[in-house]
Amino acid sequence: MPAFNRIWTSAYHDSVTLMRLARDIEAVPGVRRAAAMMGTPQNRALLAEAGLLAPEGDKATPNDLVIAVVADDASALDAAENAARAALSARPAGAPGGGAKARPRTLDSALRLMPDATLALISVPGAYAAAEAMKALRAGLHVMLFSDNVPLDAEIALKRFALERGLFLMGPDCGTAILDGVPLGFANAVARGRIGIAAASGTGVQEVACLIAREGEGLSHAIGVGGRDLSDQVGGLMMERALEALAADPATAVICVIGKPPGPAVARRLAARVRALGKPCVAHFMGEAADAGAGAWHRAATLEDAALAVVALARGQTPRAREFTAPAGEIEALVEGAARRLAASQRFVRGVYAGGTLAYEAIGILSASLEDVGHAVTGAGAGHRVVDLGEDRFTVGRPHPMIDGSVRREWIEREAADPSTAVLLLDVVLGYGAHPDPVAEIAPALARAHAGADAAGRGLAVVASVCGTDADLQNRAGQVDALTALGALVMPSNAQAARLAALIATWAVRAVR
Amino acid sequence: MVAPLTTAPRVVSLGVETFSLELARLGVAVEHVAWRPPAGGDERLAALLARLDARRGDIDAANKEALGRMVEGQPVLVDCRPAREALALPDRTVLHAGPPIAWQGMCAPLRAAVLCAVRYEGWAANDDAAAALVEGGGIALAPCHHWQAAGPMTGIITRSMPVFVVENRAWGNRAHATINEGLGRVLRFGANDESVVARLRWLATEAGPLLGAALRASGGLDLRALMAQALRMGDEMHQRNVAASSLLARALMPHVARAGDRHHAVARLAEFIAGNDQFFLNVAMAAGKALADPAGGVAGSTLVTAMARNGTDFGIRVSGLGERWLTAPVSTPVGLYFPGFTAADANPDMGDSAIVETIGLGGAAMAASPAVARFVGAGGLGEALAATEEIAEISLGAHPYFHIPTLDDRGAPVGIDVRLVVETGIAPLINTGIAGHAPGTGQVGAGVVRAPLACFELALEALALGLTDGEGRV
Repeated sequence: MPAFNRIWTSAYHDSVTLMRLARDIEAVPGVRRAAAMMGTPQNRALLAEAGLLAPEGDKATPNDLVIAVVADDASALDAAENAARAALSARPAGAPGGGAKARPRTLDSALRLMPDATLALISVPGAYAAAEAMKALRAGLHVMLFSDNVPLDAEIALKRFALERGLFLMGPDCGTAILDGVPLGFANAVARGRIGIAAASGTGVQEVACLIAREGEGLSHAIGVGGRDLSDQVGGLMMERALEALAADPATAVICVIGKPPGPAVARRLAARVRALGKPCVAHFMGEAADAGAGAWHRAATLEDAALAVVALARGQTPRAREFTAPAGEIEALVEGAARRLAASQRFVRGVYAGGTLAYEAIGILSASLEDVGHAVTGAGAGHRVVDLGEDRFTVGRPHPMIDGSVRREWIEREAADPSTAVLLLDVVLGYGAHPDPVAEIAPALARAHAGADAAGRGLAVVASVCGTDADLQNRAGQVDALTALGALVMPSNAQAARLAALIATWAVRAVR
Repeated sequence: MVAPLTTAPRVVSLGVETFSLELARLGVAVEHVAWRPPAGGDERLAALLARLDARRGDIDAANKEALGRMVEGQPVLVDCRPAREALALPDRTVLHAGPPIAWQGMCAPLRAAVLCAVRYEGWAANDDAAAALVEGGGIALAPCHHWQAAGPMTGIITRSMPVFVVENRAWGNRAHATINEGLGRVLRFGANDESVVARLRWLATEAGPLLGAALRASGGLDLRALMAQALRMGDEMHQRNVAASSLLARALMPHVARAGDRHHAVARLAEFIAGNDQFFLNVAMAAGKALADPAGGVAGSTLVTAMARNGTDFGIRVSGLGERWLTAPVSTPVGLYFPGFTAADANPDMGDSAIVETIGLGGAAMAASPAVARFVGAGGLGEALAATEEIAEISLGAHPYFHIPTLDDRGAPVGIDVRLVVETGIAPLINTGIAGHAPGTGQVGAGVVRAPLACFELALEALALGLTDGEGRV
C-alpha cells in the first residue's frame, strides 16, 4: 500500500504533540498508518524504515513538518491534513491551570496546606473514624468526631490520649458543636452570648440553643462530648474538661449541661465539679425529673425548661418551668379541634423523628401521661411509639434524615396509613448541615397522609415543632408557615409538641368512652 | 502549645462535604480532605499504617533528616572517564539497570544488551559465544545501583565505557552514568548490531576523553543550578531534556573546544550533542543518584531512596530499610508510539531513570513540562498541574531548589513516603521511554508508568514489623 506525504513548511511542533497528532490522523477513515514528524534526517530515516516516506517527504528540512500516511489512495491525505489541523487548533476542555483546586487526600497533606489548623472535624465511616481521630490527636488537633459506630474501648482510648495532651475529643457521635461562634456539624445560627453549653447530645444542643436564641440570649460555646461520655465506663472524661473550659472562659456567665442520665460514679464527680465551677449551672438529663432544690445544679425536666432556666439564671431571675406558651384555653381548643375529627380506631401517637435527643424527649413526655408507650426509639410496639430515623440502623448506606427526607417520607406514610394512628408527631431540624428546605422534603408525604386518611373516612392530627432560628438558612418562620399550610399544628418546642400530641390522644380515647 | 477549644477553630474536615462547604461559606478557615478509606480499605495494611503512626514522632524526625540530606545535596559534574577508572569496575563484569536479576530472568532487550556489551569488550567474538560465557557464569552481573551508578533502560555499563562523574559536594559522595547514545538503535534499548558497537567505540575513544578533559578543565559544572534553570525552561528532565541539554552544551562547549586540539573531533561531539535532545538525561540520573544516596540508611525513615526497573521487576529502596530492594513485577508503560510501532511491540518498564522521579523531577515535576503531560491523557497544563499535585500527596516536602513556574514557583514535590503511597493508593508516576521487546528494535515510543503499589506495601510491612535485611539492619 502506498505512502503519501505532505510538508508543512517551517511548522515546528513538539514531538509529543506530533505523536498524539499521528494517533489522531490514524483514526481518519482510509488511513492505515500515519506519522507526523519534523523532517530531520533521523526522522526521515525512521519514516522510510516504517514505509511511510514518499518522495515529497524526503525533501523536508528539519524545520518542516511531514504528515505521512499509508492509505488506499491520495484522497486520504487531504482528510489526514484536515484532521491534523483540527487537532492542532482544538483547545483542551477547561481553562489552563485546570480550574478546580486540587484537594488534599489525607489529614497530613491537609495539614501541610493549613499548618496552623486547630481542629479536625471527622465524619468518615465509623470503621475508619477512630484511626483518623488518633492521627489528628497525634498532630496536636482537637477533634470533633461526628462519626458514630466507634467502639467504646476506642472512645476511651482516644479520650485518655487526648487528655494527656490537653486536647478535646468531642464525640464520637457528636452531632453539634459551636465554638466561638463557629458551627460544626449540625448547628444553628444563634447569636453570640453569655451561655455556655456542655452536652452529651446533638439535637439536644440544637433545641436548647434555638430556644435560648428565641428568648433573646446567645451562646458563648456549645461543646459536645459524645452520647456515652457520661456513662461510668467513659467516666465523663470530656464533660469534666468541657466544664473546666467553660468555667475558665470569660465570655461564659452561665452553663447548661445536657445528656442522658450519668452513671452513679460520674454523677457524683460531676456534682462536685459543678459546685466548684463558680458559675450558675443548669442540667437536663433526659427522663429525669426537675429539681430546683439545693443540689449543685438546677435540674430541668425538658430541653425547653433547661433553656428557660439558663436564660433566667443569666438574667438573675428565678427559673420557671413552662407547659405551654399559649394560654390554656387556646390549647384546649386546639386539642378538641384535632381530636374531634378522629375515628374510634385512632388512639395512638406515632412519632417520626430525625433528631435522636428530641425523639427520646418525646418518649419521656408521652410516658408521663399515656400508657403503652414504646420505650425505645425504634418505632416498635403496637401502642404509642416513636422512631428516631437518625439511628445507625436507618443510616447505613443512606444519608441522615436531616439531610435527605426519603426514609422520613416512607415512615410518615406508613404510620399515617395505620388506622390506629391518631397523631403524627414530627420534628423538623434546621441549621447548618441540614437540608435547605426540610418541610418541602416531607410535604408530599404529609399531603398523601392526609389524602389517605380522608379517603379512609378518618381524620389525622399532625403535631410538629421546628428546631431552628430565623437566622438559619432555612428560616424558621418560613418553615413553620409551610408546615402550618400542610395542616400541621406547629408548637414552639418539641416538649410542647409532645405534650399536645399526648393531650389529643387522651382526649380522643376519652371521647370514645 | 495547644490552642484553647474556646477560640475560633481552624478546621481540617474529613468526610461529609456539606460541613466543609458551610464553614467555607461562613468564612471559617477550612481545608476539606477528599478522604478515602486508607489503603483502599485493606485492613491488614491499615493496621500496619496505624502501627507506624504510633511511632510518628520518631519517623517524622528520621524523614526530616533523610529528606534534608537529599534536597541539600550539591551535584557537580566533574569528570568523564572509563568505568574501569571511575568505578574500578573489574573485568568481565556487566552492570545493568534495576534491582538484581539473574540472566535467566532477564527480558529479551536486556539480554541482547548484555551480549552486545560482552562482544564490545571483546570477551566473546559473537552473540552465541557471549551467551555461552554468560550462561556458564563467566560474567558477573550486578545492578548499576550497587556500583554508585545509574543506567537508563537496559542500563549496561562495562569497564571500558566512559561514565560521567557527578560529585555531591555537600556530602562527598559520587555517582556515575554513561554518555547518552541518542535515539534509534542504541545499546540502552537492547539494540546490538555493529552500528551500536561502533558508536560505543567512538564514545570510548573520542567523545568520552574529550568530555573528560573539558570537565576537568572546567573545575566542574554546577548541576543543581543548571537543573533548576532547565525546570524553568520546560524540562522535567526525564522525558524532556532539551533545555538541560542545551544549557549543558552552552556551559561545556567552550571547555571542549579548548581541550580538543583536533578540530574535527570537537565538531563531531558538538554535532552529537546537538542531535540528541536527551543528552542530559544520563547526567540528570547521575545527579539523582548522587542526591539520593546520602538519604539512605536513616533508621526509621520511610523515604524512598531509589526506584529502578530491569524489565522484569520494579524495585525500590527505602532509607530506613538500608540497601534492601523491595520488588514486584514491573508494569508496561502507557504511551505514544513511533511510526510503525504499537503497544504490542512494547517491552515492560526498564531502567534506573526513575531515580529522577525519586528526587522530585520527571513525573513529579510534570507541571513544569506541560508538553510532556500530553503523554498522560488529553494533555495540557491542567493535567500537568494535577499530576504534580497528586505526587505532592505522597511526598514529604517541596524542593527548596527546584521550583515550578506554573505552580507560582512552588518547590517540586520531593521525598516519596512509603506510608503516604500505601495510605492513598497513589503510586509514583514515572515518565519513561518504551523499548521494543524484540531484541535489536530499540526505542518504540514513550509514555508513563506507575510504580507497582506492591513494592511499597512490602516496604511498609518491613518498616512496621521492624524486619531486618539479614545483616541486623532494620
